[in-house]
Amino acid sequence: MNPQYQYDIFVIGGGSGGLTVVDEAQKLGKRVGLADYIKPSPHGTQWGTGGTCPNVGCIPKKLMHMTALIGEIRHELTATGWQGVDPHSKHDWNTLVNEVQRQVKGINKANDDWLVTTNGITYYNKLGKLKDDHTIELIDKDGQSEFVTAEYIVIAVGSRPSFPTDIPNVKLLTITSDDLFSLKKAPGKTLVVGASYVALECAGFLTGLGYDVTVMVRSILLRGFDQEMAERIGEFMKIQGTKFIRGTIPTSIEDVDGKRLVKWVLNGQEQSDIFDTVLLAIGRSADTQNLGLEQVGVQTNKESGKIIANDADSTSVSNIFAIGDCVQGRLELTPTAIMCGKRLIKRLYCNGNQIMEYSDVSTTVFTPLEYGCVGYSEDAAIKKFGKENLKIFTSEFTPLFWNFANRKGTCYAKLIVKKEDDIIIGFHYLGPDAAEVTQGFGVVIKLKAKKNDLDNVVGIHPSVAEEIVQMQTWK
Amino acid sequence: MQISQEFDFFVIGGGSGGLAAAKQAASYGAKVGLADFVKPSPQGTKWGLGGTCVNVGCIPKKLMHFAAMAGELRKDQIEAGWIDTDIQGKHDWNRMTENVQNHIKKLNFSYKNQLNKKEVKYYNKLAELEKSNIVKLIDKDGGIEFIKSKYILIAVGGRPSYPENIPEIEKKVITSDDLFWLPNNPGKTLIVGASYVALECGGFLNGLGYDTTIMVRSILLRGFDQEIAGKIEDYMMENGIKFIKEAIPINIELTENNKRLVTWTQKGIQHSDIFDTVIIATGRKSDTNKLNLEQIGVKTNKNGKIICTIDDRTSIMNIYAIGDCVEGRPELTPTAIKCGQLLANRLFGGQKKMMCYQFVPTTIFTPLEYGCIGYSEEEAINKFTQNEIIIYHSIFKPLEWNLLESHYAQACMIKLIVLVSTRRVIGLHYLGPNAGEIVQGYAIAMKLGATKEQFDSTIGIHPTCSEEILTLTAIKGIDNPQKEGC
Repeated sequence: MNPQYQYDIFVIGGGSGGLTVVDEAQKLGKRVGLADYIKPSPHGTQWGTGGTCPNVGCIPKKLMHMTALIGEIRHELTATGWQGVDPHSKHDWNTLVNEVQRQVKGINKANDDWLVTTNGITYYNKLGKLKDDHTIELIDKDGQSEFVTAEYIVIAVGSRPSFPTDIPNVKLLTITSDDLFSLKKAPGKTLVVGASYVALECAGFLTGLGYDVTVMVRSILLRGFDQEMAERIGEFMKIQGTKFIRGTIPTSIEDVDGKRLVKWVLNGQEQSDIFDTVLLAIGRSADTQNLGLEQVGVQTNKESGKIIANDADSTSVSNIFAIGDCVQGRLELTPTAIMCGKRLIKRLYCNGNQIMEYSDVSTTVFTPLEYGCVGYSEDAAIKKFGKENLKIFTSEFTPLFWNFANRKGTCYAKLIVKKEDDIIIGFHYLGPDAAEVTQGFGVVIKLKAKKNDLDNVVGIHPSVAEEIVQMQTWK
Repeated sequence: MQISQEFDFFVIGGGSGGLAAAKQAASYGAKVGLADFVKPSPQGTKWGLGGTCVNVGCIPKKLMHFAAMAGELRKDQIEAGWIDTDIQGKHDWNRMTENVQNHIKKLNFSYKNQLNKKEVKYYNKLAELEKSNIVKLIDKDGGIEFIKSKYILIAVGGRPSYPENIPEIEKKVITSDDLFWLPNNPGKTLIVGASYVALECGGFLNGLGYDTTIMVRSILLRGFDQEIAGKIEDYMMENGIKFIKEAIPINIELTENNKRLVTWTQKGIQHSDIFDTVIIATGRKSDTNKLNLEQIGVKTNKNGKIICTIDDRTSIMNIYAIGDCVEGRPELTPTAIKCGQLLANRLFGGQKKMMCYQFVPTTIFTPLEYGCIGYSEEEAINKFTQNEIIIYHSIFKPLEWNLLESHYAQACMIKLIVLVSTRRVIGLHYLGPNAGEIVQGYAIAMKLGATKEQFDSTIGIHPTCSEEILTLTAIKGIDNPQKEGC
């Protein structure tokens, strides 16, 4: 403990990464400070502790996605003999939002209670800003400042949705994922602008809840993901009723009697339509402006605003660290931020020597047809190893209960295997319960398993996951 | 004796194992024949090609389990904002069974097609061994023909067994052979047994709205992890299923209005009650007694199961046996399939690989599903002693369960059994939603010798139930398994 400073470690940002650092440090008896403050969205939306994931990310997203899916199950309910279910009946938006917010606030309260009652943690619901390499200015909602000092500082401020710069008044005329999960009024006929997983997941569940949804895509879907899988996701969404406008972006958005008149150019022609809601999901930017980074000497990528940190999460100022979404080159995921935070504290205080690894991290996109993946996309694998050095196994299949209820669409799995050593370097599964199916294979890929190892294991029957251990045909 | 056909490979039994072996052998160019014939149940139930799994096992079981789960979801639907779902809506048994049977018939048809495509000659006849290389085939009218084959594979599976202490029991009860084809809904049901068959059937019948009681002689799910078995029972009780423990039926009588008056003893005291349906699920026996095995010299154990070597050979050189009818094999479809394929590879494909039964993952589709791989806690302590293992455990609540407060918050559990010396994960137990989907990937990891540290250093997918398996820290005997927050 260094008596020179008020805190051993001060964390700016109480999200997935930040709270982990706070927890791990206090468990070791350190004096920990945390500043977490939500700058309201342009519409005034705010939320409590926990960061993006529990408030405006993973958690509400999954609840809404699950709600859309259990709406789908109404078709199966009828096929399996249940009476009194109308598969075409409507959905009440407010019931869902209230339920989602009830859960989110439950998490906020659990976090708050823990922050307030745990010894060694001092929590500030204030905006943190670096004054110098050991001093943080804390600004409350009325603009009053106080100053604290710390031996180590961890910046874990995450990110916020980005806005295009060329559309006047865009911030007031559109909403983002910051606003969607607490929207007081049903979104109605919605235009989703973007092709990120955020865009597709939101468009997916909104369609499932019964809204007229269009997705406007500038070029490709799910940049960075396997493109064959991305296109299949798009096709499935179309079967579900989502409309796509490909190859363009909005040129203007105007308020017309409370609705949104959106114009765009397609094939040289100007087109337009009126929507109740325009949801922007074109990307997220690191929330690093006004953090005082430049004056303290913490380097950032000028274009993206992301903080530059080394493998040990250290910034250009040696006692200032940065983790999570706000750092360049990191995966924007909750579990990686959490593990990164844990390893950081181990290195700082427990002679730990593990740095964070970002390869072969399993993720899932919760589109209507869910997509779980680990490792290389087909495109990346071909680029790195050459098509002739790879065997790409594929399988198209229909889950048991889809057959039973005559559901449209098919599921698809793909394994990318290196010919020379039979090691599986890419796993792709498009089907129900993708995250649950994929997780175990995350361990498998980490173990550098071979295709032969999958062939040797016995399937669980009946399941969808067993399809993966029965793949025999390759491209 | 006239031999009507000669084959390289003749399979008796068109179930999971038999069909897989036949198709695989045919793919090497062997001349293959297959005989499948379903002897009707005592209640007269019959079915088509495909064996137990497709007709009276895994497939209809999972569909009905799914129907029950879907019914449960109606409450979640309302909580999540779907209007016009009538939570009181009744379940229409006939509609469900009609759809299930249509699906099964599609599968029967598809199997026939597959055999056709592979040029496997299919006989819908009952087979019997005539000599070690000659099979007698009897059709439903009693017509007989004989075929000769270089290799014979017995894959006849099993059928439900009946208790022997109740006179004419076969007329008064049904089994899983009949349940999925029942023309009228089962009504108030008593299930006798504590196997996964008993619990799965009891589970979905309760979920579909029927008054369900399960009568258990001693323990639930013998052979499975008993802590998890206890939690499965708790969950089923929370959901309204009644258990009568330490009891066996001593008499079943038909009443005037065709119900069943069942009398049983429990702790020396006699009880009775009336049920619409009694399902016996006390175990299965090998369907080998009419195969003429003894005369030919194929050795079986006292339970009728065929005794085979590790390469599936019986005591007669050219006769093989796989699947449920063989002693010491797990009674599962995927193991039978794989075993059949590997056998065909060895006989016709010049390959040597044997079936490996280590770390075979399975799932029980009870209302709260249970997926497991490797050692149960009891088996691990028995083999390795308490000091050589560490058990990590966790009780967790799936995110989606937060929609409804009525979900039993402490129901879901994960256990990992780890060897102290190598840190290898030798047992994985997951009790919660989507168990089958979750457990599959881990089976490969465990077969590869994955350690607890390798599990822990794999990054989770959020939010899922499966990620809980990668974040276990509580040790049984030291720490509380219950987690505290998000």
